[in-house]
Amino acid sequence: MTLIQLSALDLSIAALLVLGLAGLSWRLKLGVERQLLIAALRSIVQLLLLGLILKTLFSQNAPLPIIALTLFMLGVAGYEVMARQKRRFKGVWGIGIGTLSMFISSFSITLLALHLVIQVDPWYTPQYLIPLLGMLLGNTMSGMAIALDNLTKSAWQERGAIEAQLILGESWSKAIGEIRREALRSGLIPIINAMAAAGIVSLPGMMTGQILAGSPPMEAAKYQIMILLLIAVGTGLGAIVAVWIGSRRLFDERQRLRLDRLTKP
Amino acid sequence: MSGLELKQFEGPGLAPIDLSIEPGECVTLTGLSGSGKTRLLRAIADLDPHQGDALVAGHSMFAMPATDWRRQVGLLPAESHWWRDQVSEHFITTPIQLLAELGLDADCLGWQVSRISSGERQRLALARLLDRKPAVLLLDEPTANLDPDNTAHVEQLILRYAKEHGAAILWVSHDPLQRKRISQHRLQIVGNRIAAEANA
Repeated sequence: MTLIQLSALDLSIAALLVLGLAGLSWRLKLGVERQLLIAALRSIVQLLLLGLILKTLFSQNAPLPIIALTLFMLGVAGYEVMARQKRRFKGVWGIGIGTLSMFISSFSITLLALHLVIQVDPWYTPQYLIPLLGMLLGNTMSGMAIALDNLTKSAWQERGAIEAQLILGESWSKAIGEIRREALRSGLIPIINAMAAAGIVSLPGMMTGQILAGSPPMEAAKYQIMILLLIAVGTGLGAIVAVWIGSRRLFDERQRLRLDRLTKP
Repeated sequence: MSGLELKQFEGPGLAPIDLSIEPGECVTLTGLSGSGKTRLLRAIADLDPHQGDALVAGHSMFAMPATDWRRQVGLLPAESHWWRDQVSEHFITTPIQLLAELGLDADCLGWQVSRISSGERQRLALARLLDRKPAVLLLDEPTANLDPDNTAHVEQLILRYAKEHGAAILWVSHDPLQRKRISQHRLQIVGNRIAAEANA
């Protein structure tokens, strides 16, 4: 099997269809045509840019630019986690918690997969590193954002109950314990659902891509299994780290509930 | 025997005060709403950042973990909060005697928190606090939602607790008659200062 290349004409057919949808949105007074077109344009520019960057990286195979790109991806993912919070942590903690916990989870798991599982040499071979890391970051990001959002939202709503426990002499970790567990559960549910539905309800993106690119379906399935399992571990690990740091940050050294460390929604 | 001592203690928005409440003594505090009574009590329980030191039985709050401090300095907020479904889950022991003295049936331990009335809630919150045997009581209008009968019950119970356990009490009350009934000393907040109550 060879790869059927897409021409500019092929892409413009898809683009015309999006224009059609925008027209329909305008006709039905949905009011989303502007957003739709901007988002479509963004995705075109971003993906073309990424393709261009990867092309350069693949041809050079030098570690420094590759590492720089991974750090940039990490920073953007950390920003995304923060942007999805209704009540964010003030100061550097806002972006720091998400970035640090994704660094700990996604980076370590990607490296582990490259080194022990796929055994790529050298480990920074961009053809493996960048897509793997991208998929891990993209998926653990939403789990972490949900978990953190749940944590701060519940802490705010149930501040009376948390303080009632502190007043009676309970420790901060006991007082926030149930909220912390609930936040972690909520962060893990999407990946649990994704694993349960994989291959039946949804044909996962990576497998689709590999099949389109001409890989044997069994090879594509094996890669997909690996990535799903890694995402589950990455999400769990990242959410635990993020929720732990976040819940600790909600209390000060005298175990006072410090909701003034969160921004207003 | 313990007693509460405040040393150059600053409640939020208040000037520093020195105050000493002897074991078994009850001091009342009054002042306009918003004058900082509640915030002072919260600061003494070390729930909010503050300046100055507080001591129980001569031991500074900074010399012990905050959890130990709060176990000794029992704050009763004006509004009680409950974090479990059933009343009994908020108690360490089964204080039947204590509940009876508050005019509550022992059955109430099996009730759902969502089912109890505001008056019952207030008395149960007091029972929950006394159940843990604090050495100091910081009470924020503990009888605000109670009828005269229950108010009398609660006053007697608290004063008896203070006598039996040598507990020091700082009691916020809006009722001038109540303040006269229960206290050895009466304080009020005027502006940002805490002084003896004018007609005391």
